[in-house]
Amino acid sequence: MAAADMDRSITRIAHEVVERNQPDSVALVGIRTRGVPLAERLRALIAEIAGVEPPLGRLDINLYRDDLSSVASYPVIGKTEIDFRLEERAVVLVDDVLYTGRTIRAAMDALIEFGRPRRIQLAVLVDRGHRELPIRADYVGKNLPTSEQEVVHVRFSEIDGHDEVVVVVKDAAAAAEER
Amino acid sequence: MATTTRANAAATAAGAGARAATRDTAVAAADREGRGTPAPWAKRHLLSLEELSCDEIGVLLDTAESFKEVLTRDVKKVPSLRGKTVANLFFEPSTRTRTSFEIAAKRLSADIINFQAAGSSVQKGESLVDTALNIQAMQADTVVVRHASSGASQLLARELDCSVVNAGDGIHEHPTQGLLDIFTIRERRDLEGLHVCLVGDIRHSRVARSNIWGLIKLGAQVTVCGPPTLIPHGIEEIGANVAYDLDSVLPTVDVLNILRIQFERQHGAFFPSIREYAVEYGISVERLRQAREEVLILHPQPMHRGIEIAAEVADGHHSAILDQVTNGVAVRMAVLFHTTLASSGPDS
Repeated sequence: MAAADMDRSITRIAHEVVERNQPDSVALVGIRTRGVPLAERLRALIAEIAGVEPPLGRLDINLYRDDLSSVASYPVIGKTEIDFRLEERAVVLVDDVLYTGRTIRAAMDALIEFGRPRRIQLAVLVDRGHRELPIRADYVGKNLPTSEQEVVHVRFSEIDGHDEVVVVVKDAAAAAEER
Repeated sequence: MATTTRANAAATAAGAGARAATRDTAVAAADREGRGTPAPWAKRHLLSLEELSCDEIGVLLDTAESFKEVLTRDVKKVPSLRGKTVANLFFEPSTRTRTSFEIAAKRLSADIINFQAAGSSVQKGESLVDTALNIQAMQADTVVVRHASSGASQLLARELDCSVVNAGDGIHEHPTQGLLDIFTIRERRDLEGLHVCLVGDIRHSRVARSNIWGLIKLGAQVTVCGPPTLIPHGIEEIGANVAYDLDSVLPTVDVLNILRIQFERQHGAFFPSIREYAVEYGISVERLRQAREEVLILHPQPMHRGIEIAAEVADGHHSAILDQVTNGVAVRMAVLFHTTLASSGPDS
Protein backbone atom coordinates (compact mmCIF):
# COMPACT_ATOMS: atom_id res chain seq x y z
CA MET A 1 0.00 0.00 0.00
CA ALA A 2 1.70 3.17 -1.14
CA ALA A 3 1.48 6.64 0.39
CA ALA A 4 -1.25 7.78 -2.05
CA ASP A 5 -3.40 4.71 -1.26
CA MET A 6 -3.01 5.34 2.44
CA ASP A 7 -4.03 8.97 1.97
CA ARG A 8 -7.16 7.99 0.09
CA SER A 9 -8.17 5.41 2.70
CA ILE A 10 -7.63 7.79 5.60
CA THR A 11 -9.62 10.51 3.84
CA ARG A 12 -12.48 8.09 3.24
CA ILE A 13 -12.48 7.03 6.89
CA ALA A 14 -12.64 10.68 7.95
CA HIS A 15 -15.71 11.18 5.73
CA GLU A 16 -17.35 8.07 7.14
CA VAL A 17 -16.74 9.20 10.73
CA VAL A 18 -18.40 12.54 9.99
CA GLU A 19 -21.25 10.84 8.15
CA ARG A 20 -22.08 8.43 10.97
CA ASN A 21 -21.72 10.79 13.94
CA GLN A 22 -22.51 14.26 15.12
CA PRO A 23 -19.12 15.83 14.32
CA ASP A 24 -19.12 17.92 17.50
CA SER A 25 -19.57 14.83 19.69
CA VAL A 26 -16.72 12.83 18.16
CA ALA A 27 -13.46 12.23 20.04
CA LEU A 28 -10.47 10.34 18.70
CA VAL A 29 -8.23 8.12 20.79
CA GLY A 30 -5.08 6.80 19.14
CA ILE A 31 -3.51 3.60 20.44
CA ARG A 32 0.24 3.92 20.89
CA THR A 33 2.44 3.75 18.91
CA ARG A 34 1.09 3.91 15.36
CA GLY A 35 -2.54 4.59 16.12
CA VAL A 36 -1.45 8.05 17.24
CA PRO A 37 -0.23 9.51 13.92
CA LEU A 38 -3.26 7.97 12.21
CA ALA A 39 -5.58 9.63 14.74
CA GLU A 40 -3.78 12.94 14.25
CA ARG A 41 -4.32 12.77 10.50
CA LEU A 42 -7.98 11.89 10.97
CA ARG A 43 -8.41 14.83 13.30
CA ALA A 44 -7.00 17.25 10.74
CA LEU A 45 -9.21 15.80 7.99
CA ILE A 46 -12.35 15.85 10.13
CA ALA A 47 -11.63 19.47 11.04
CA GLU A 48 -11.42 20.27 7.32
CA ILE A 49 -14.60 18.38 6.41
CA ALA A 50 -16.86 19.26 9.33
CA GLY A 51 -15.34 22.49 10.59
CA VAL A 52 -14.91 21.20 14.15
CA GLU A 53 -11.69 19.73 15.43
CA PRO A 54 -12.41 16.70 17.60
CA PRO A 55 -10.38 16.25 20.81
CA LEU A 56 -7.60 13.71 20.59
CA GLY A 57 -6.34 11.29 23.23
CA ARG A 58 -3.41 8.91 23.28
CA LEU A 59 -3.66 5.54 24.93
CA ASP A 60 -0.94 3.12 25.99
CA ILE A 61 -2.46 -0.31 26.45
CA ASN A 62 0.58 -2.19 27.73
CA LEU A 63 -0.67 -2.15 31.31
CA TYR A 64 -3.88 -3.85 30.18
CA ARG A 65 -2.36 -6.63 28.09
CA ASP A 66 -3.55 -10.14 28.90
CA ASP A 67 -0.10 -11.60 28.21
CA LEU A 68 1.99 -9.31 30.43
CA SER A 69 3.39 -12.21 32.44
CA SER A 70 4.48 -14.12 29.39
CA VAL A 71 5.83 -11.55 26.96
CA ALA A 72 9.43 -12.14 26.06
CA SER A 73 10.67 -8.58 26.24
CA TYR A 74 9.33 -6.27 28.86
CA PRO A 75 7.10 -3.57 27.58
CA VAL A 76 7.99 0.06 27.72
CA ILE A 77 5.08 1.84 29.32
CA GLY A 78 4.21 4.97 27.38
CA LYS A 79 2.11 7.85 28.61
CA THR A 80 -1.64 7.86 28.34
CA GLU A 81 -3.11 11.30 27.70
CA ILE A 82 -6.86 11.76 27.66
CA ASP A 83 -7.61 15.24 28.90
CA PHE A 84 -11.27 15.57 27.94
CA ARG A 85 -14.42 14.03 29.35
CA LEU A 86 -15.66 10.93 27.56
CA GLU A 87 -19.27 11.25 28.70
CA GLU A 88 -21.74 11.87 25.84
CA ARG A 89 -19.01 11.42 23.27
CA ALA A 90 -18.67 8.97 20.42
CA VAL A 91 -15.11 7.81 20.92
CA VAL A 92 -13.35 6.47 17.85
CA LEU A 93 -10.47 4.19 18.84
CA VAL A 94 -7.78 4.38 16.20
CA ASP A 95 -5.10 1.79 15.48
CA ASP A 96 -2.95 0.88 12.50
CA VAL A 97 -3.61 -2.88 12.22
CA LEU A 98 -6.51 -5.00 13.48
CA TYR A 99 -5.35 -8.59 14.03
CA THR A 100 -6.35 -10.79 17.00
CA GLY A 101 -8.48 -8.08 18.60
CA ARG A 102 -6.65 -8.35 21.91
CA THR A 103 -5.18 -4.87 21.69
CA ILE A 104 -8.66 -3.46 21.13
CA ARG A 105 -10.03 -5.43 24.09
CA ALA A 106 -7.27 -3.94 26.26
CA ALA A 107 -7.91 -0.47 24.85
CA MET A 108 -11.63 -0.67 25.66
CA ASP A 109 -10.83 -1.75 29.22
CA ALA A 110 -8.44 1.16 29.58
CA LEU A 111 -10.84 3.64 28.01
CA ILE A 112 -13.74 2.71 30.24
CA GLU A 113 -11.66 3.58 33.30
CA PHE A 114 -11.61 7.16 32.06
CA GLY A 115 -15.37 7.49 31.89
CA ARG A 116 -18.49 6.30 30.09
CA PRO A 117 -18.50 7.24 26.43
CA ARG A 118 -21.87 7.18 24.65
CA ARG A 119 -20.43 4.76 22.14
CA ILE A 120 -17.06 3.39 21.14
CA GLN A 121 -16.19 2.82 17.49
CA LEU A 122 -13.07 1.39 15.94
CA ALA A 123 -11.08 2.71 12.98
CA VAL A 124 -8.11 0.81 11.56
CA LEU A 125 -6.00 1.29 8.48
CA VAL A 126 -5.56 -2.44 7.86
CA ASP A 127 -7.74 -5.37 8.89
CA ARG A 128 -5.64 -8.48 8.42
CA GLY A 129 -8.09 -11.05 9.86
CA HIS A 130 -7.35 -13.87 12.36
CA ARG A 131 -9.54 -12.52 15.15
CA GLU A 132 -9.38 -14.29 18.51
CA LEU A 133 -12.12 -12.20 20.12
CA PRO A 134 -15.57 -11.10 18.93
CA ILE A 135 -14.42 -7.67 17.80
CA ARG A 136 -14.91 -5.88 14.47
CA ALA A 137 -13.92 -2.52 13.07
CA ASP A 138 -16.43 0.22 12.13
CA TYR A 139 -14.04 1.88 9.67
CA VAL A 140 -11.46 -0.08 7.69
CA GLY A 141 -8.88 1.38 5.31
CA LYS A 142 -8.15 -1.91 3.62
CA ASN A 143 -9.00 -5.54 4.21
CA LEU A 144 -5.78 -7.45 3.72
CA PRO A 145 -6.08 -11.23 3.92
CA THR A 146 -2.85 -12.57 5.39
CA SER A 147 -1.46 -15.80 6.74
CA GLU A 148 -0.34 -16.03 10.34
CA GLN A 149 3.22 -16.48 9.11
CA GLU A 150 3.19 -12.93 7.83
CA VAL A 151 3.73 -9.60 9.54
CA VAL A 152 2.04 -6.38 8.51
CA HIS A 153 4.10 -3.24 8.92
CA VAL A 154 2.38 0.11 8.71
CA ARG A 155 4.79 3.02 8.49
CA PHE A 156 3.95 6.67 8.98
CA SER A 157 6.22 9.51 7.97
CA GLU A 158 5.79 11.02 11.45
CA ILE A 159 7.55 8.01 13.02
CA ASP A 160 9.25 6.08 10.24
CA GLY A 161 10.14 8.80 7.76
CA HIS A 162 7.77 7.63 5.01
CA ASP A 163 4.27 6.22 4.45
CA GLU A 164 3.74 2.61 3.41
CA VAL A 165 2.09 -0.68 4.29
CA VAL A 166 4.08 -3.85 3.66
CA VAL A 167 3.49 -7.52 4.35
CA VAL A 168 6.56 -9.62 5.04
CA VAL A 169 7.15 -13.23 6.02
CA LYS A 170 8.00 -13.58 9.66
CA ASP A 171 11.61 -14.49 10.29
CA ALA A 172 11.66 -18.14 11.37
CA ALA A 173 13.57 -17.37 14.54
CA ALA A 174 11.31 -14.48 15.46
CA ALA A 175 8.32 -16.74 14.82
CA ALA A 176 9.71 -19.39 17.17
CA GLU A 177 10.33 -16.78 19.84
CA GLU A 178 6.81 -15.52 19.64
CA ARG A 179 5.30 -18.95 20.26
CA MET B 1 -3.00 -0.69 -2.97
CA ALA B 2 -1.05 -1.65 -6.08
CA THR B 3 2.33 -1.54 -4.41
CA THR B 4 1.41 -3.70 -1.46
CA THR B 5 4.57 -5.74 -1.29
CA ARG B 6 4.06 -9.38 -0.55
CA ALA B 7 7.42 -10.84 0.26
CA ASN B 8 5.60 -14.11 0.57
CA ALA B 9 6.95 -17.14 -1.34
CA ALA B 10 4.86 -16.98 -4.51
CA ALA B 11 4.85 -13.20 -4.76
CA THR B 12 6.95 -10.92 -6.98
CA ALA B 13 10.48 -11.81 -8.00
CA ALA B 14 11.47 -15.24 -6.74
CA GLY B 15 14.92 -16.58 -5.81
CA ALA B 16 16.77 -17.27 -2.61
CA GLY B 17 18.64 -13.97 -2.72
CA ALA B 18 15.47 -11.92 -2.82
CA ARG B 19 13.98 -13.94 0.02
CA ALA B 20 17.07 -13.49 2.19
CA ALA B 21 16.90 -9.77 1.61
CA THR B 22 13.28 -9.56 2.75
CA ARG B 23 14.12 -11.58 5.81
CA ASP B 24 16.72 -8.98 6.74
CA THR B 25 14.24 -6.18 6.41
CA ALA B 26 11.74 -8.12 8.47
CA VAL B 27 14.24 -8.39 11.31
CA ALA B 28 15.19 -4.74 11.04
CA ALA B 29 11.53 -3.79 10.99
CA ALA B 30 10.85 -5.98 14.00
CA ASP B 31 13.60 -4.09 15.82
CA ARG B 32 12.00 -0.82 14.94
CA GLU B 33 8.64 -2.12 16.12
CA GLY B 34 10.13 -2.51 19.59
CA ARG B 35 8.45 0.69 20.78
CA GLY B 36 11.56 2.80 21.22
CA THR B 37 13.83 -0.20 22.00
CA PRO B 38 15.50 0.75 25.29
CA ALA B 39 17.24 -2.01 27.23
CA PRO B 40 14.62 -4.52 28.41
CA TRP B 41 14.31 -4.97 32.15
CA ALA B 42 15.58 -8.36 33.31
CA LYS B 43 16.39 -8.05 37.02
CA ARG B 44 14.24 -10.02 39.44
CA HIS B 45 15.46 -8.12 42.48
CA LEU B 46 16.07 -4.52 43.35
CA LEU B 47 18.69 -4.55 46.08
CA SER B 48 20.70 -1.40 45.44
CA LEU B 49 21.31 1.38 42.96
CA GLU B 50 24.98 0.40 42.96
CA GLU B 51 24.16 -2.67 40.86
CA LEU B 52 22.01 -0.83 38.30
CA SER B 53 23.25 0.67 35.07
CA CYS B 54 22.42 4.18 34.00
CA ASP B 55 19.98 2.70 31.41
CA GLU B 56 18.24 0.54 33.98
CA ILE B 57 17.71 3.52 36.27
CA GLY B 58 16.36 5.33 33.22
CA VAL B 59 13.85 2.54 32.51
CA LEU B 60 12.55 2.69 36.10
CA LEU B 61 12.25 6.48 36.06
CA ASP B 62 10.49 6.53 32.68
CA THR B 63 8.05 3.84 33.77
CA ALA B 64 7.42 5.80 36.97
CA GLU B 65 6.57 8.84 34.87
CA SER B 66 3.85 6.88 33.07
CA PHE B 67 2.53 5.54 36.37
CA LYS B 68 2.36 9.05 37.77
CA GLU B 69 -0.28 9.75 35.13
CA VAL B 70 -2.29 6.73 36.35
CA LEU B 71 -2.35 8.30 39.82
CA THR B 72 -4.13 11.38 38.46
CA ARG B 73 -7.03 9.43 36.91
CA ASP B 74 -10.48 9.03 38.40
CA VAL B 75 -9.88 5.28 38.54
CA LYS B 76 -6.38 5.12 39.98
CA LYS B 77 -5.79 1.52 39.13
CA VAL B 78 -4.40 -0.60 36.32
CA PRO B 79 -4.71 -4.39 36.07
CA SER B 80 -1.03 -5.07 35.35
CA LEU B 81 -0.23 -7.20 38.41
CA ARG B 82 -3.65 -8.76 38.82
CA GLY B 83 -3.31 -12.11 40.59
CA LYS B 84 0.17 -11.35 41.94
CA THR B 85 0.94 -11.12 45.64
CA VAL B 86 3.34 -8.65 47.21
CA ALA B 87 4.43 -9.13 50.83
CA ASN B 88 5.72 -6.24 52.92
CA LEU B 89 8.24 -7.63 55.42
CA PHE B 90 9.12 -4.81 57.78
CA PHE B 91 11.50 -5.52 60.63
CA GLU B 92 11.91 -1.81 61.39
CA PRO B 93 9.35 0.91 61.98
CA SER B 94 8.12 2.75 58.90
CA THR B 95 5.13 4.81 57.90
CA ARG B 96 5.90 6.27 54.50
CA THR B 97 7.77 3.45 52.84
CA ARG B 98 5.41 0.68 53.90
CA THR B 99 2.27 2.64 53.07
CA SER B 100 3.80 3.77 49.80
CA PHE B 101 4.59 0.19 48.75
CA GLU B 102 1.12 -0.85 49.83
CA ILE B 103 -0.59 1.82 47.75
CA ALA B 104 1.73 1.09 44.82
CA ALA B 105 0.84 -2.62 44.87
CA LYS B 106 -2.87 -1.85 45.09
CA ARG B 107 -2.72 0.60 42.19
CA LEU B 108 -1.29 -2.25 40.12
CA SER B 109 -4.11 -4.59 41.27
CA ALA B 110 -1.74 -6.88 43.20
CA ASP B 111 -2.73 -8.35 46.55
CA ILE B 112 -0.65 -7.18 49.46
CA ILE B 113 0.21 -8.74 52.79
CA ASN B 114 1.66 -6.60 55.56
CA PHE B 115 3.98 -8.29 57.96
CA GLN B 116 5.45 -6.45 60.91
CA ALA B 117 8.06 -7.90 63.22
CA ALA B 118 6.30 -6.56 66.30
CA GLY B 119 3.63 -9.07 67.26
CA SER B 120 5.01 -11.82 65.01
CA SER B 121 6.93 -15.04 65.57
CA VAL B 122 10.15 -13.06 65.24
CA GLN B 123 9.61 -12.29 68.91
CA LYS B 124 9.64 -16.04 69.57
CA GLY B 125 13.07 -16.26 67.97
CA GLU B 126 12.29 -17.09 64.34
CA SER B 127 15.12 -16.18 61.97
CA LEU B 128 14.82 -13.74 59.07
CA VAL B 129 15.24 -16.43 56.43
CA ASP B 130 12.68 -18.74 58.07
CA THR B 131 10.14 -15.96 58.31
CA ALA B 132 10.68 -15.07 54.66
CA LEU B 133 10.53 -18.71 53.51
CA ASN B 134 7.17 -19.02 55.22
CA ILE B 135 5.84 -15.91 53.50
CA GLN B 136 7.12 -17.28 50.21
CA ALA B 137 5.41 -20.60 50.91
CA MET B 138 2.15 -18.65 50.93
CA GLN B 139 2.88 -17.94 47.24
CA ALA B 140 4.12 -14.37 47.45
CA ASP B 141 5.54 -13.22 44.13
CA THR B 142 7.52 -10.31 45.50
CA VAL B 143 8.84 -9.64 48.99
CA VAL B 144 9.57 -6.07 50.04
CA VAL B 145 11.98 -6.15 52.95
CA ARG B 146 13.19 -3.61 55.49
CA HIS B 147 15.70 -4.68 58.08
CA ALA B 148 18.15 -3.09 60.51
CA SER B 149 21.03 -5.22 59.20
CA SER B 150 22.90 -4.20 56.07
CA GLY B 151 22.73 -6.99 53.52
CA ALA B 152 19.44 -8.47 54.76
CA SER B 153 17.78 -8.13 51.36
CA GLN B 154 20.83 -9.61 49.65
CA LEU B 155 20.56 -12.65 51.92
CA LEU B 156 16.88 -13.10 51.12
CA ALA B 157 17.51 -12.70 47.39
CA ARG B 158 19.89 -15.62 47.65
CA GLU B 159 17.57 -17.80 49.72
CA LEU B 160 14.20 -17.11 48.09
CA ASP B 161 12.85 -17.90 44.64
CA CYS B 162 10.59 -14.87 44.48
CA SER B 163 11.54 -11.26 43.75
CA VAL B 164 13.10 -9.26 46.56
CA VAL B 165 12.88 -5.48 46.80
CA ASN B 166 15.07 -3.70 49.32
CA ALA B 167 13.08 -1.13 51.31
CA GLY B 168 16.12 -0.16 53.39
CA ASP B 169 18.76 -2.44 54.86
CA GLY B 170 20.71 -1.07 57.85
CA ILE B 171 23.11 1.63 56.73
CA HIS B 172 23.62 0.11 53.26
CA GLU B 173 21.02 1.30 50.73
CA HIS B 174 17.41 2.40 50.31
CA PRO B 175 17.12 2.17 46.53
CA THR B 176 13.48 3.21 46.10
CA GLN B 177 14.11 6.35 48.18
CA GLY B 178 17.15 7.09 46.04
CA LEU B 179 15.05 6.61 42.90
CA LEU B 180 12.26 8.86 44.08
CA ASP B 181 14.72 11.58 45.09
CA ILE B 182 16.30 11.39 41.63
CA PHE B 183 12.85 11.29 40.00
CA THR B 184 11.81 14.43 41.91
CA ILE B 185 14.99 16.23 40.86
CA ARG B 186 14.69 15.03 37.24
CA GLU B 187 11.17 16.44 36.99
CA ARG B 188 12.58 19.91 37.59
CA ARG B 189 16.21 19.94 36.49
CA ASP B 190 18.62 18.39 34.03
CA LEU B 191 20.76 15.96 36.03
CA GLU B 192 23.88 16.31 33.89
CA GLY B 193 26.38 18.44 35.82
CA LEU B 194 23.87 19.29 38.55
CA HIS B 195 25.38 19.87 42.00
CA VAL B 196 23.56 17.93 44.72
CA CYS B 197 24.57 18.29 48.35
CA LEU B 198 23.58 15.72 50.98
CA VAL B 199 23.68 17.29 54.44
CA GLY B 200 23.70 15.55 57.79
CA ASP B 201 24.20 12.06 59.12
CA ILE B 202 25.90 10.49 56.11
CA ARG B 203 27.46 7.70 58.16
CA HIS B 204 24.16 6.12 59.17
CA SER B 205 22.23 7.02 56.04
CA ARG B 206 21.23 4.36 53.52
CA VAL B 207 19.40 7.13 51.67
CA ALA B 208 22.72 8.93 51.19
CA ARG B 209 24.39 5.86 49.65
CA SER B 210 21.55 5.22 47.22
CA ASN B 211 21.52 8.88 46.25
CA ILE B 212 25.26 8.97 45.65
CA TRP B 213 25.30 5.85 43.46
CA GLY B 214 22.30 6.85 41.42
CA LEU B 215 23.09 10.53 40.98
CA ILE B 216 26.68 9.94 39.94
CA LYS B 217 25.63 7.33 37.38
CA LEU B 218 23.26 9.88 35.87
CA GLY B 219 25.95 12.54 35.60
CA ALA B 220 25.31 14.73 38.65
CA GLN B 221 28.00 15.97 41.00
CA VAL B 222 27.51 15.00 44.65
CA THR B 223 28.89 16.61 47.80
CA VAL B 224 28.31 15.15 51.25
CA CYS B 225 28.44 17.56 54.16
CA GLY B 226 28.26 17.03 57.90
CA PRO B 227 30.32 16.88 61.06
CA PRO B 228 33.50 14.79 60.50
CA THR B 229 32.21 12.13 62.92
CA LEU B 230 29.18 11.54 60.69
CA ILE B 231 31.07 11.29 57.38
CA PRO B 232 32.25 7.70 56.85
CA HIS B 233 35.83 6.99 55.74
CA GLY B 234 36.20 6.17 52.08
CA ILE B 235 32.99 7.86 50.90
CA GLU B 236 35.17 9.76 48.35
CA GLU B 237 35.98 6.45 46.72
CA ILE B 238 32.43 6.03 45.44
CA GLY B 239 32.63 9.46 43.87
CA ALA B 240 31.29 11.95 46.42
CA ASN B 241 33.10 15.15 47.40
CA VAL B 242 33.36 15.78 51.12
CA ALA B 243 32.82 19.11 52.84
CA TYR B 244 32.64 19.93 56.53
CA ASP B 245 31.73 23.60 56.25
CA LEU B 246 28.21 23.90 54.88
CA ASP B 247 28.37 27.66 54.33
CA SER B 248 31.32 27.29 51.95
CA VAL B 249 29.51 24.86 49.61
CA LEU B 250 26.03 26.36 49.79
CA PRO B 251 26.50 29.05 47.09
CA THR B 252 27.23 26.43 44.38
CA VAL B 253 24.51 23.95 45.32
CA ASP B 254 21.51 23.26 43.03
CA VAL B 255 19.79 20.67 45.24
CA LEU B 256 20.00 20.24 49.01
CA ASN B 257 18.97 16.81 50.25
CA ILE B 258 18.71 17.18 54.02
CA LEU B 259 19.08 14.00 56.04
CA ARG B 260 17.78 13.20 59.47
CA ILE B 261 20.07 12.61 62.42
CA GLN B 262 19.55 8.91 63.05
CA PHE B 263 19.58 8.86 66.83
CA GLU B 264 18.43 5.24 66.83
CA ARG B 265 21.57 4.12 65.05
CA GLN B 266 24.03 6.31 66.93
CA HIS B 267 25.74 4.56 69.77
CA GLY B 268 27.93 7.20 71.37
CA ALA B 269 28.29 10.94 71.03
CA PHE B 270 28.89 12.05 67.45
CA PHE B 271 28.51 15.77 68.16
CA PRO B 272 28.50 17.85 71.34
CA SER B 273 24.82 18.82 71.36
CA ILE B 274 21.75 18.93 69.18
CA ARG B 275 21.80 22.69 69.52
CA GLU B 276 25.34 22.88 68.20
CA TYR B 277 24.44 20.61 65.28
CA ALA B 278 21.48 22.80 64.43
CA VAL B 279 23.69 25.90 64.44
CA GLU B 280 26.37 24.35 62.24
CA TYR B 281 24.32 22.25 59.83
CA GLY B 282 20.64 23.08 60.28
CA ILE B 283 19.05 24.68 57.21
CA SER B 284 17.49 27.90 58.39
CA VAL B 285 15.88 30.65 56.36
CA GLU B 286 18.94 32.87 56.90
CA ARG B 287 21.37 30.17 55.82
CA LEU B 288 19.32 29.41 52.72
CA ARG B 289 19.80 33.02 51.55
CA GLN B 290 23.39 32.09 50.62
CA ALA B 291 22.14 29.44 48.22
CA ARG B 292 21.06 29.92 44.63
CA GLU B 293 17.68 31.49 44.06
CA GLU B 294 16.25 28.29 42.50
CA VAL B 295 17.77 25.80 44.98
CA LEU B 296 15.63 22.70 45.50
CA ILE B 297 15.10 21.31 49.02
CA LEU B 298 14.56 17.59 49.56
CA HIS B 299 14.18 15.58 52.76
CA PRO B 300 13.43 11.85 52.92
CA GLN B 301 11.48 12.32 56.20
CA PRO B 302 10.70 11.81 59.01
CA MET B 303 12.09 15.26 59.70
CA HIS B 304 13.04 16.97 62.90
CA ARG B 305 11.78 20.48 62.40
CA GLY B 306 14.09 22.94 64.10
CA ILE B 307 17.10 20.59 64.11
CA GLU B 308 18.25 19.73 60.59
CA ILE B 309 15.61 21.84 58.86
CA ALA B 310 13.65 24.92 59.89
CA ALA B 311 9.88 24.63 59.61
CA GLU B 312 9.78 27.65 57.28
CA VAL B 313 12.21 25.93 54.91
CA ALA B 314 10.34 22.62 55.02
CA ASP B 315 7.10 24.37 54.08
CA GLY B 316 8.66 27.04 51.86
CA HIS B 317 8.59 27.42 48.09
CA HIS B 318 11.97 25.73 47.55
CA SER B 319 10.71 22.55 49.17
CA ALA B 320 9.66 19.50 47.15
CA ILE B 321 9.32 17.32 50.23
CA LEU B 322 5.67 16.37 49.75
CA ASP B 323 6.18 15.87 46.01
CA GLN B 324 8.76 13.29 46.99
CA VAL B 325 6.03 11.36 48.79
CA THR B 326 3.69 11.51 45.78
CA ASN B 327 6.47 10.45 43.44
CA GLY B 328 7.39 7.62 45.81
CA VAL B 329 4.19 5.77 44.93
CA ALA B 330 4.85 6.07 41.19
CA VAL B 331 8.47 4.97 41.58
CA ARG B 332 7.50 1.97 43.71
CA MET B 333 4.84 1.00 41.17
CA ALA B 334 7.56 0.97 38.53
CA VAL B 335 9.84 -1.14 40.72
CA LEU B 336 7.13 -3.66 41.67
CA PHE B 337 5.94 -3.82 38.06
CA HIS B 338 9.33 -4.62 36.57
CA THR B 339 10.69 -6.93 39.29
CA THR B 340 7.46 -8.92 39.64
CA LEU B 341 7.09 -9.41 35.90
CA ALA B 342 10.77 -10.34 35.59
CA SER B 343 10.29 -13.21 38.00
CA SER B 344 7.08 -14.45 36.38
CA GLY B 345 8.37 -14.11 32.82
CA PRO B 346 9.09 -17.07 30.53
CA ASP B 347 12.79 -17.22 31.42
CA SER B 348 12.39 -17.85 35.11
